[in-house]
Amino acid sequence: MDEMKWTALEAGRRIRAHEIGVEELTKACLDEIKKTNDTYHSFITICEQEAMAQAKKVQKGIDDGTLTSPLAGVPMAVKDNMCTKGIETTCASKILTGFRPFYSSTAVHRLEEAGAVILGKLNMDEFAMGSTSETSFYGPVVNPWGEQRSPGGSSGGSAAAVAAQQVFYTLGSDTGGSIRQPASFCGVTGLKPTYGAVSRYGLIAYASSLDQIGPVGKNVEDIAEVLHIISGHDPKDSTSVDAPAIKTVLTGDIQGMRIGIPKEYFGEGLQKDVKDRVLEAAKKLEELGAVVEEFSMPEIDYAIPTYYIIACAEASSNLSRFDGVKYGYAPTEYKDLTDLYYKARSQGFGMEVKRRIMIGAFVLSSGYYDAYYKKALQVKAVIKQSFDRAFEKFDCILSPTAPTTALRLGESLSDPLKMYLGDIYTVSVNLAGLPSLVVPCGFDCEGLPVGLQLTGKAFSESTLLNAGYAYQQATQYHKITPFAAGKEA
Amino acid sequence: MKITDEMIDYIGILARLRLEEDEKESAKVEMEKIINYMDKLNEVDTTGIEAMSHAFPVKNVFRKDEVRPSVPRDEIIANAPRKKDGCFQVPKTVE
Repeated sequence: MDEMKWTALEAGRRIRAHEIGVEELTKACLDEIKKTNDTYHSFITICEQEAMAQAKKVQKGIDDGTLTSPLAGVPMAVKDNMCTKGIETTCASKILTGFRPFYSSTAVHRLEEAGAVILGKLNMDEFAMGSTSETSFYGPVVNPWGEQRSPGGSSGGSAAAVAAQQVFYTLGSDTGGSIRQPASFCGVTGLKPTYGAVSRYGLIAYASSLDQIGPVGKNVEDIAEVLHIISGHDPKDSTSVDAPAIKTVLTGDIQGMRIGIPKEYFGEGLQKDVKDRVLEAAKKLEELGAVVEEFSMPEIDYAIPTYYIIACAEASSNLSRFDGVKYGYAPTEYKDLTDLYYKARSQGFGMEVKRRIMIGAFVLSSGYYDAYYKKALQVKAVIKQSFDRAFEKFDCILSPTAPTTALRLGESLSDPLKMYLGDIYTVSVNLAGLPSLVVPCGFDCEGLPVGLQLTGKAFSESTLLNAGYAYQQATQYHKITPFAAGKEA
Repeated sequence: MKITDEMIDYIGILARLRLEEDEKESAKVEMEKIINYMDKLNEVDTTGIEAMSHAFPVKNVFRKDEVRPSVPRDEIIANAPRKKDGCFQVPKTVE
């Protein structure tokens, strides 16, 4: 349908101009989702009743002038690891099946206050652990760019739903690349904000020191507006930074912006088409006035082991709360309390989650703590220092998002280490707590999207968004949909 | 490093996870590959470098000690698989 092609801001403008009603647009989205969800499996839960009720309420708010956000009335959807009051929140895991939170996460709550209409909860890797959205208990998400392709992960549903034009924008979460890599694989725009910029209150924790909520959308303007709504201090998250919401004025002027290209990011293992597209994007930014220069960042070699040690350690601790007592899945028969714990966890978690909990328990165990966990925290400091040095010279760092375009479904599940290695360009950003933007920058020889990653210093979201905006003003890649490119729905 | 059956069993106890025999075999193989890959960090000289838990300094966050309503008990236990008399219900833990 034509309205599904609108950007989020365009949808908002048309709502305010009374060209379309919020209920009408919500209904159109719901129809589209119901029609196409069997194809993409991007949604775990569709909340039609709640969405229609909110649409009615929001229309009233717009009409009486109480709701003035440019995104008021615009339908969207949320990754299923963010609590939504009264709406089932599963983390794509059997162990949380049936869980209906009694509160909403701050990011969701702020969007609702601004008049967002939430259509449902998006599929993902179980507990956000995975890079393909295949570890979901509810089955894999399919990339709209090819039925045999993974949308990436863990926010695969968040990226696929935008690419498939089911909703106007989504929320995802990024612990080691989980917003950026799916955005790259699905040809959409995604932002991982600075650690602490968006409240994590109500985000079901995977690795608390790395997790961050962020927007996925059709272009930079849309996600800049979403960021404005969801960012800013929240007393309910003690790591939330005491700063106002991030408001970006997009000028498209990047004259003199210093962009660094780490040469180690373009070495062995990088698909040629990806390398070519990303370097072409660098050229384009140079034409637009940026000063692009190569530099060295050899610490990237250590990013993956450091990330997986820290993330798994935190996961093993965070996921100890799933015990079959407070919520979710519990076995029907058990001998005693310990047996209840064992059975709830062993039957409730999928294999990748079990693997990461066990790696975490191992690296934290007596005798191995210093060699693995403490060592990883030290190398994390080394990686952070190398970013600090880079940002003395550059305003942002340009790189590929992933070594390849969208992987074939099924090809990563058999070899977890191989899947982990695909996170090479994204994980160090989380270790250093930095903001990072992904915008579409072309296609490989099979017509699959490639994403450009721009990483900045802490709280430089506006700089990154402005660079992305300048790039999208000068290119058309973000406007090309799988349907326009000839892919069948 | 070699991951042995004893290690997998011990980690299972720490993590409160009981693996089936076939799961255990593949967990052993995969974990060994992953842990050996993690040993790559030994190449980095970290003498004198302080372990960094957060990328930015975190500080204690205090708020005023004010009386506020808490979440109603029935809302909190609504999701419990087993409940009784407004409490979470668990198997008997003391004889």
